[in-house]
Order: sequence, then C-alpha cells, then structure tokens
Amino acid sequence: MIRTFFSGLGRHVLQALVLALVVSTACFAMLRTLPGDPAYRVAAGRYGYDNVSVRAAEAVRAELALDRPWPEALIDWWGRVASLDFGLSMVTGEPVMDELVHHLGHTLWLAALATVLAWLIGLPFGILAGLRPGGWIDRACLLITVLLRAAPPFLIAIALVVVFSVQLGALPAAGHRAPSHVLLPALALALALAGGTARVAREAVVDVIRSPYFDFALSRGLSSRQALWRHGLRNAALPLLEYGGMQLVLLVEGVVVVETLFAWPGLGHALVHALFWRDVPTLQASVLVLALAFVLFHALVDWLCRLLDPRRKRVEQP
Amino acid sequence: MKRAGLSIGRRTLLWGAGVAALGSLAALLHRSPGRRLDAPAGRTLRVVGPWELTGLEPSRAGYMFTRLEISETLFDCDAAGHISGGLAKYWEYRNDGRVLSIRLRDDRRFHDGRAVDAEAVKQCLERVRLQPGVLGRTPLRAIRARDDLHLDLELDRPYGLLPAVLSHYSTQILAPSAYAQDGRVRKLVGSGPYRVERIDASSYLKAVLADTWSGERPQIEVFEYLAVGRAESRALMAESGEADLVYGLDAPSVARMRRAGHRGLLSVRLPRTLYLKVNSGHRWLQDERVRRALSLALDRRGIATAVMRDALLATDRLLPMSFPDWHPQHGKDEGLPTQDVEGARALLAEAGWLPGDDGGLSRTHEGALERLTLKLITFPDRPELPVIAAAIQEQFRQIGIALAVSIGNSGDVPLAHQDGSLELALVARNFALVPDPLLTLLQDYDVGGGDWGAMNWRDAELEAALTELQRIAPDASGEEAARSARFTIGRRLADALPVIPICGYRAHAAAGSRVSGALVDPFERSYFISRVRWT
Repeated sequence: MIRTFFSGLGRHVLQALVLALVVSTACFAMLRTLPGDPAYRVAAGRYGYDNVSVRAAEAVRAELALDRPWPEALIDWWGRVASLDFGLSMVTGEPVMDELVHHLGHTLWLAALATVLAWLIGLPFGILAGLRPGGWIDRACLLITVLLRAAPPFLIAIALVVVFSVQLGALPAAGHRAPSHVLLPALALALALAGGTARVAREAVVDVIRSPYFDFALSRGLSSRQALWRHGLRNAALPLLEYGGMQLVLLVEGVVVVETLFAWPGLGHALVHALFWRDVPTLQASVLVLALAFVLFHALVDWLCRLLDPRRKRVEQP
Repeated sequence: MKRAGLSIGRRTLLWGAGVAALGSLAALLHRSPGRRLDAPAGRTLRVVGPWELTGLEPSRAGYMFTRLEISETLFDCDAAGHISGGLAKYWEYRNDGRVLSIRLRDDRRFHDGRAVDAEAVKQCLERVRLQPGVLGRTPLRAIRARDDLHLDLELDRPYGLLPAVLSHYSTQILAPSAYAQDGRVRKLVGSGPYRVERIDASSYLKAVLADTWSGERPQIEVFEYLAVGRAESRALMAESGEADLVYGLDAPSVARMRRAGHRGLLSVRLPRTLYLKVNSGHRWLQDERVRRALSLALDRRGIATAVMRDALLATDRLLPMSFPDWHPQHGKDEGLPTQDVEGARALLAEAGWLPGDDGGLSRTHEGALERLTLKLITFPDRPELPVIAAAIQEQFRQIGIALAVSIGNSGDVPLAHQDGSLELALVARNFALVPDPLLTLLQDYDVGGGDWGAMNWRDAELEAALTELQRIAPDASGEEAARSARFTIGRRLADALPVIPICGYRAHAAAGSRVSGALVDPFERSYFISRVRWT
C-alpha cells in the first residue's frame, strides 16, 4: 500500500512539475499578447490613470525592465519559478511571495469552509432523494439544484447579503477581520456547489440500493439502516469524492467572483486586481499557485479513492 | 417493497445537518462585529471605500493617508479650493516670486515624537522630488532650512502654483524614521491626528488617535478602513448599517437607497469632467465646424439623466462649476446644454458633408469619395465610460456619422496621443489633482497639448493667459490680472472646442445612524474623520 502511495505520489509530483512549466509559460505568453502597453497599465495601477503620463510610463518601463526581449524575460521567469522567488509586485512593491501567502491562506480557509458547507447541505438532501427516487424530496431537490446551478454566484451572493445583512442584520456583508466575515462568502460558494453534490449523492445512493449486494445485505437480515451504513455509504462515497475533485473548477471560478464581491482578500481577489493592473509577477504567481493547488487536491482525491476502494489497488497490483 | 422502509434515516440526517449548521453559525455569530453586537464603549468607526492601499509610498496610495488624516501636507485648501495652511503656518513669495518662504507650525510632532521641523520637511521633500509626481515637474531648484521653523524653496522662475502643488498627497510630510536605508518607506510615520496601528495587505487599515496630536481632540479615537472594490457591496454595507461611513457609492445604488428612505446620504459636485478628447489635427476634425457639429449632436442631458442619474450634471463647459472663477459667465446659471441635431447637420453640410441614401455623410475630396467615419477609444476604469460611448455612437449615427467604439486600457489614450493615431477618446479628467486647476490645464492645453487634453491644437491667446497665470502669486495683489487670465482660458476652451465636454461628476457617500457631522470633501482630500461625532 505504501509503495502504491509513493508511486502515485511520484506521478502527481511529475504532473505538478509539467503543469507548472506549461501554466507559467502559457500565462507568460498570454500576458505578452494582451492588448495595450503594460507600462501604462502598471503606472495607472500605481498612480491612478489620470496621473499617468508618458514620463511616468517610461519611468515604470525602465524600472521594471518591461522592454526586455521576450526570450530573456521568459528564461528569467522560469528561473524565478524554479527558485520560488517571484520578485516584487509591480504595483505595491511588496514581495509577491508574502502577498501570496496572505491571499492563499484566506482562499484555503474560504474554500474549505465552502466545501464543508456544500457537503452539509447537499449530502443529506441527496441521500434522502436517492432513498426514495421520484418522491417529493427528490423532485424538490431537482428543482432547487437546477435553480442553484443556473444562478451565477454573483446573484446568489447578492441575494444572501440582502437577506442576512440588510434585512436580518445577522451577518456582515463584506470584510475579513472577524470570524463571521467568512460565512456569507462561504455560503454563496457552498450553495453553488451543493446542488451538484446533492445530485451526485442521489445517483450514487440510487445505484447502491438497486445493487445486488444491497439486496443481499437486506436478505441476510440487516436492517435498511445497517445495510446502508455498512455497505452503501462506502460505495456511494466514491463518485462523490471524484465529483468533489471536479468541483474544484467551480470553486476556483466562484472564488474569483465571490472574493471580489465580499472584499475577501484571497487569491481570486488578488488575481482580478493583478490582471486589471497588469501586475505580471503577482498574476503569474497566483495562476501558478492555483494550478498547483489543483494538482494537489486531485492527488488527495485520488489517494482517498484508493483508500476507499480496494479494487483499484488490486488492478494496480495484479 | 422492502425499499419503502428505507426512510428510517431521513430525520436523523436532516436533524444532524441542521444542528451542525446552526451550531457553527451560532459559534461564529457570537463573535460577529455586526451592528447588533457592537459595544457602546470603545467604539470603532468603520469606514469603507473603493480604494486599495497599494503601498506605503506617498506617490502611490498616499491620497488614502492624507484622507484618513494620518499624514499632512504643507498646504491645504478650503471647500472653495482656496489655498490654506497645513503644516505651513505662514508663507510669502520673495525675490520677485523666485523664493517661497514658509514658516512651519510649531505645535506639530510626528507620531514617533520628533518635532516637525524644517530639516525633516526638507529631507522629505528632497526625496519626493525624485519620485514620479507633481513636485518633480515644478521649477523648484533648491530647498533650504533656515532654522527649525523656517524653510525657503528656491525656484528657477516665478511659479505661483507651488503652494497648490505642495498640497498634493505625494508631497505629504513623513518623519525621517519612516524611511529605510534604501530610501523606501518602511512604515508610515506622519503627523496627523491618527497613527497607523495595522495594515493588512492592501485592503485594511486600522488607526488610533495619536498621543502626539496637539490639536483639538477628536471624538473618534479608533477607526478601521476597509477597501471594498464592488460598488454594490459598498452600498449593501451602508444599507445594512455595517459601515459608518461609506464612500464611492454609485448613482444607481444611491437612487435605490434614496427610494428606500436612507437618511445619511451625502453628495457633492466633483471637479471632474467627462469629455471627448479630439485630435484637432485629423483631416476632418481640424475643421472647427465639424467639432461644433459633434458637440451639438450630443444629448448631454439624456446621458446625464440615464447614466449619471442626475440631469444637472450635463455640461458643455470643461471646467467644473467647483471653479466659478474660471467661467466666462462667472458662475451664473447658464442653463443646460441642449441637443441640436438639425444645427449639427447644417454645420456639417457647410463643411461639405452631405447625407447619402443610407443617411451616412460623405463628400468628394480631390476627386475621391470620403465617408465620415470616426473611431472612438475609451476604457472601463470608470464603468460609465463604455456605456456613454455606446450612447454617443447612437447620437452620432443620428447625424450621419458612423462611429466605431473600441474599449481598451486607459493607457491607450496617452499612447494613441503620442503616436498620432487617436481620433476621438472618451475620458474623465480630474481638474483638482491639486486644488488649482491651472496645473492640469498646463499639462493638457499648453504648447503641444497633453496626453489627456488638446491634440494638435494651439491657441496663442490661451497660451499667453496660461503663462501669465503661472507668474502671478496666489495672493490678493494679482487677483484682478488672474481673474482676467482665467476668463480668457475658459472662453477659448468653450469657443474652440479642443475637447468636447459632456457631463460632470458627483461624489456620493453614506453616513450611518451611529455618527453625525460627516462631510464629503469636493476636492477628495479628506474624510474629515476627526470632525465626525458619535450620536
């Protein structure tokens, strides 16, 4: 088992290295081909757009060596990625790594809470819907899921703020200083995720209760609860875990919108500002960290799936 | 049939999920800073605005530190834009306007305890001169500290704008201890009533009343500033009572809050104008009749009403009414400019542009048929700009001009100005970078024009008036000559249309029910936190 784990780990490390190279190069290429002069954009981010003059832009260009030939800049960037030294932010002048650590911590906390909330909301309803397919819970779940998946996170977030902050006065609308500040952004993300979780849980439970092994468990005299607990949940957990991995895409997309709306100082917030100000080192580092986090969490999901499903190990170790 | 009995776990599951969710909610709410849990004693004022704190360098987010009364400048200005003393107590021009002598206030100390003396001010300004900013563009030759309180600023030529320039946020005075060995600002040590206690990344600042402050004691002793990028979020924070002072509200949110009966709404006209920058050297736009036709075709009132939500913001004057001295009518009610499509068509016909079968204008020039098509560039830094660009596109179509709109970066405007490719640009310009609009006018309309102003346009009368104004010291002795020069500038800009003004701006803010005495500064220099009082 340990050997399997390490061979899997090796594969994921290799994946991460290749991904880092591809993502950082693609990001570099995209930023070089964006329309507009980066020196003016950076100067606008630093001094305000109507304080920008040719002189200010040229000073920025000289300071940041923006007119270097692209091969030289690319090699320099690869070197920085390899040494994990992303330099200084072009706009704030602070070390990118320091800013990144600050932003990443906030994003991880928000994403983790959103995932937990999504499961807390989605799983019970999904399981209940699966236990009685076609029942009223199932039909109501389907309707709510469609609505939640169709509504953009922006709309869900605004609706939550109107209800919980403006009408009830129970939760703060934006900010990050108090523990309660995380609740609304996490809930906004969770609601977007919970619909999918509920649907997958429902399908997984339906598959389980229609399976021969579940019938066999019942025929052995186990109660429904015992059969579900001992034989059902573990099997139903597999597609849920795999879907959880796929939901990372939704999570990253949601984080960008939700963090901006709730003034949550995470990676999504940093990414939007860096893109707007053309703060190249911050942008490249943020994208790289998001990509690596993606690989890391997929590896984690992969490992959990192997842990839960002994058949996978047998396939790999004939 | 057996499966019909599988509903056994339903209640348990629902109860489990419900209890877990409520439990975590209750635990977090227990420590919530929401309005209902705010302690009456030791209150913290909560200020929200759109501006990020993009670093400690005064040339970057320095405006936030002066607005939050953490640092001060040598000069200040009143609500009418007249220069007043900041750290400078008295000042006078000597040597035919070539030396500005300043006597500092003797009661100011930096937050590290050091007195704000002439040597500290000199060191700070010497450093500011080397940074990008307004001071580097002045004819300042040398700074001399005569003694602890007296400072001489020597100029290459008479330059009456220096006090206004020294009120700019980039010239804020920081203590010598604020700087690291390499000259970078390592911590903010100002001399204002508040000192920084904490800054988190670029979005949060907490400040407390400085024990070095010797002026009138403010009632607000602690405040937090939070940068919130989205206008919708800021409005919702004002509505929920979560913030005491919210700046940078957008017009649609203000309209909604007004309908909902929000009592703390504040607004003030800003010295900012939205206008069409015109390439007056363009083969078609160099004809003043064409420029006037474009101006007549604009439905400014419609744009101001629909987009800015305030019909009174429509204007055909470049300089905002915040500067009444600059208007030929001297602040009299000039009425709202009206759209005149027929007048515009007549002017274009006079210039040779006649409508074809499809309504588009064309003319025959040197044997070739030309169609009147123009390109307008703008940018989304101000969200109203692309919307107004679309409105202008339609209004020009009504007089037969096909306008292509391109939405890019703000940097495209100075870039297109420099390479000569610009035809029209829709921009918004702040005329109070310093309290005297002359500085902006010099950048934009003096010889050669400017990145954000005139392009391929010169006017001898206006240039002479600009030169004259620079020489006049900002005191009563030259007031009559200054007034005459200002009128000349205002008149020439209105008549020759090197740019085509469309509408002005209004700043909106909201104050919560916990505070009174909140103000909005028309020059966006201060939030006046020290004047705010708890209710």
